[in-house]
Amino acid sequence: MAAADWIDTILETLLGTILDVVPIAAILVVFQVAVLRGKIPGLPRVLLGFCYMVVGLAMFLVGLETALFPLGRVMAQQLTDPAFVGNAADLAAGRLDWLDYAWVYVFGAAIGFATTVAEPSLIAVSRKAAQVSGGALSAWGLRLAVAVGVAASIALGAFRIVTGTPLAFYMMVGYAIVILQTFFAPKTIVPLAYDSGGVTTSTVTVPLVTALGLGLASTIPGRSPLLDGFGLIALASLFPMMTVMAYAQIAQRLGAGPSRPPAGRNTS
Amino acid sequence: MLAALLGFLRLSLQSLRDLAPIILVILVFQVAILQQPFPNLAETLVGLAFVALGLTLFIGGLDMGIFPLGESMAESFARKGVLFWLLVFAFALGFGTTVAEPALIAVADEAARVAADAGAIEETDAARENYAFGLRLTVALSVGFAVLLGVFRILKGWPIQWFIIGGYILVVVLTGFAPEEIVGVAYDSGGVTTSTVTVPLVTALGIGLATVLKGRNPMVDGFGLIAFASLTPIIFVLVYGMVI
Repeated sequence: MAAADWIDTILETLLGTILDVVPIAAILVVFQVAVLRGKIPGLPRVLLGFCYMVVGLAMFLVGLETALFPLGRVMAQQLTDPAFVGNAADLAAGRLDWLDYAWVYVFGAAIGFATTVAEPSLIAVSRKAAQVSGGALSAWGLRLAVAVGVAASIALGAFRIVTGTPLAFYMMVGYAIVILQTFFAPKTIVPLAYDSGGVTTSTVTVPLVTALGLGLASTIPGRSPLLDGFGLIALASLFPMMTVMAYAQIAQRLGAGPSRPPAGRNTS
Repeated sequence: MLAALLGFLRLSLQSLRDLAPIILVILVFQVAILQQPFPNLAETLVGLAFVALGLTLFIGGLDMGIFPLGESMAESFARKGVLFWLLVFAFALGFGTTVAEPALIAVADEAARVAADAGAIEETDAARENYAFGLRLTVALSVGFAVLLGVFRILKGWPIQWFIIGGYILVVVLTGFAPEEIVGVAYDSGGVTTSTVTVPLVTALGIGLATVLKGRNPMVDGFGLIAFASLTPIIFVLVYGMVI
């Protein structure tokens, strides 16, 4: 890419990010001015923080688009390509077994884990959780727990597309496990665990995982990319709930961790 | 100044650690398993530097901007006791941040194509656009409603699990009645609604409220807004698929 292209891409992404933030900023300003009316403590610092965030997000996206996404998409294509999986004659004859796709599951799990660790919104929430819990929860441990959940879900989601089993079945079993765990997990982890489901699927994970799903659904006979390509994200927002609750239960068993009442200011 | 620089350096090192797994995965698969050469290595390296620096700035900006702002606004709402306006604010935040979300627009367009293929709507551009827009509006309304309900729950101190379990039961029941082609879209729509800017802001709002209100624990009551925002779109989209 030439320097001019770089500048073009950066400016375009920056503009896109600013447009994303405008509605949020507008709502914040309207309510602050019209309803709350008070002064915001340390306003210049807050504004500077917003600028950092917008510029940082734009750079992050530009970097992903140039360095990681193209490679990730090509990989997803190559790994799901019948020529890599087996031979085309086998595939056409429907003789490909789900086991032939072993590398796809491994790649799905690895890329799910890796993208989740780099997911900015998860970093944000886990930092907050560590701070609120007064250090009883470790931000890094929480992120690893979520990443393991996403890894398992992508591998399972790829298996689902390969075998063509209905998504609703997987979701319902998942819901049942989450509900069951809710009764046994430490009270303080439950809301955070629920949140971790929605947090994981964002800027980094969605594009790569979608590429994998579409690659699989479009190369396997009898799968429709439109119908079967969906569902990976859904599983990826369900599994972290289980792993985060499991993490808290294990930490509690080991006699340390989030079972301790957190250091809230008003826990009277 | 020196302290700021040191803080920045520490954050940069953390960003590199955060990115190490993804670099490793791509490297291993590219070189060892697919046995492909690396295309445009220089470009990839510059891109990686951008990712690392961008992540560092973003995290640094969060701690200075959106976290303290979200918490201080939550505190003012609670102190002023303007319950009605707090709920309006919660709805506006959910609706406003979702309706223009790029990931949602992409999913809505895809869903319109699925629906047209399945014969649920006419195979014309106008019908598809209509369907996609209706879907976006549905999801945005559902997220607005979710944040509103989530804030109300924090105010009341109701346990979250009853809402989530109730929501799941509703999803299971609706799945039985909704047309098949909408189910995958509905389940996915829960995951795409919460963007990188919305998540920290909504989290800060919840934590801020649970911290100021008497008798609320930020760990037990403060979290959960994102969970609401990922569950209600599934319910609303399933209903949308049944109505259309």
